Amino acid sequence: MSVSDLVILEGDHARFVEILDRLLRDANAKLVFLVDKNGQQIASSGDLRGLDATSLGSLTAGNVAATDGLAKLIGEKEFSILFHEGETDNLHINVVGGRTILVVMFDERSSLGLVRLRVKKATAELAAVFEEVAVRSEAHKASVLGASPFGEITDEDIDALFG
Amino acid sequence: MTFINYAAREINCKIVYYGPGLGGKTTNIQHIYDKSNAGAKGKLISLATETDRTLFFDFLPLELGAIRGFKTRFHLYTVPGQVFYDASRKLILKGVDGVVFVADSQEARMDANAESIHNLKENLSQNGYDLNRVPYVLQVNKRDLPSAMPLEVLVPPLRVKDEPVFEAVAVKGRGVFDTLKAIIRLVMLDLKNR
Repeated sequence: MSVSDLVILEGDHARFVEILDRLLRDANAKLVFLVDKNGQQIASSGDLRGLDATSLGSLTAGNVAATDGLAKLIGEKEFSILFHEGETDNLHINVVGGRTILVVMFDERSSLGLVRLRVKKATAELAAVFEEVAVRSEAHKASVLGASPFGEITDEDIDALFG
Repeated sequence: MTFINYAAREINCKIVYYGPGLGGKTTNIQHIYDKSNAGAKGKLISLATETDRTLFFDFLPLELGAIRGFKTRFHLYTVPGQVFYDASRKLILKGVDGVVFVADSQEARMDANAESIHNLKENLSQNGYDLNRVPYVLQVNKRDLPSAMPLEVLVPPLRVKDEPVFEAVAVKGRGVFDTLKAIIRLVMLDLKNR
């Protein structure tokens, strides 16, 4: 397949969470999470209880993809920030490094201005980590992880999935 | 693009149900949702019009067992089948790991089937994929209709490679899980061969 796979190691994950934790605090947000452009959740910080994280990820990605499509139609490269205002909760969504999406959920205890300011800093930090991950993956492709655990999959393993 | 999370020991794959409008893509997903254990499935999200035609996509996350110590999660999407939603279809194919083509068995829909397969090839290639290399299953749906064409007439023109073919009556659930299992098998084998 032509698209390169995104592989996140435990150390990378910890760095993402650290940045998100800081953003959550600094922006006075309720929840911060990072998904890739396909809607797969990469990391989060804050209280996810009662929220369907998987659907959040998928709809966010759909939303960003649709907005990207709109941008291209009018000759823009992308709309890098989306903002959804609700009665109590708001969503700030922005693209990080062209590859992932950062979502910040906040209420009246914060403000759009503060969120935008803090997001800007966090975005740069996250993009730097992603850049490192991409460079490393490219440089060592297979050796980053050693042998793929899926190289040895047997038909029985697959059958077992269906119980 | 398969998403392997080594920290959470999870592997996520994206499967897209493609095909002409009113062919039964959403019905497939709905049946999978209805028949899956509560613990295995997430919410079924359907972005549909007031008349229940898919507007953007349906989405169902499904968690199956572990493989080599990795939890497997499959994200099932459908595309809107109607011709004028082509831009949406292209978006949904981004990062796809496997495609199920749901064809309508009625003679009157043969042109729509063919057009949709052609559209699938085109949209995949614009996303950097080649249908010949993407895990792919053909499902011929609505086999119970009196107007359904015999398999030997219906299937050959729809074939794109040596893909597995399943007969289905999605409203009654017939063939739905066979199709799902087949595409999951192909996706896992594709992962193995990478």
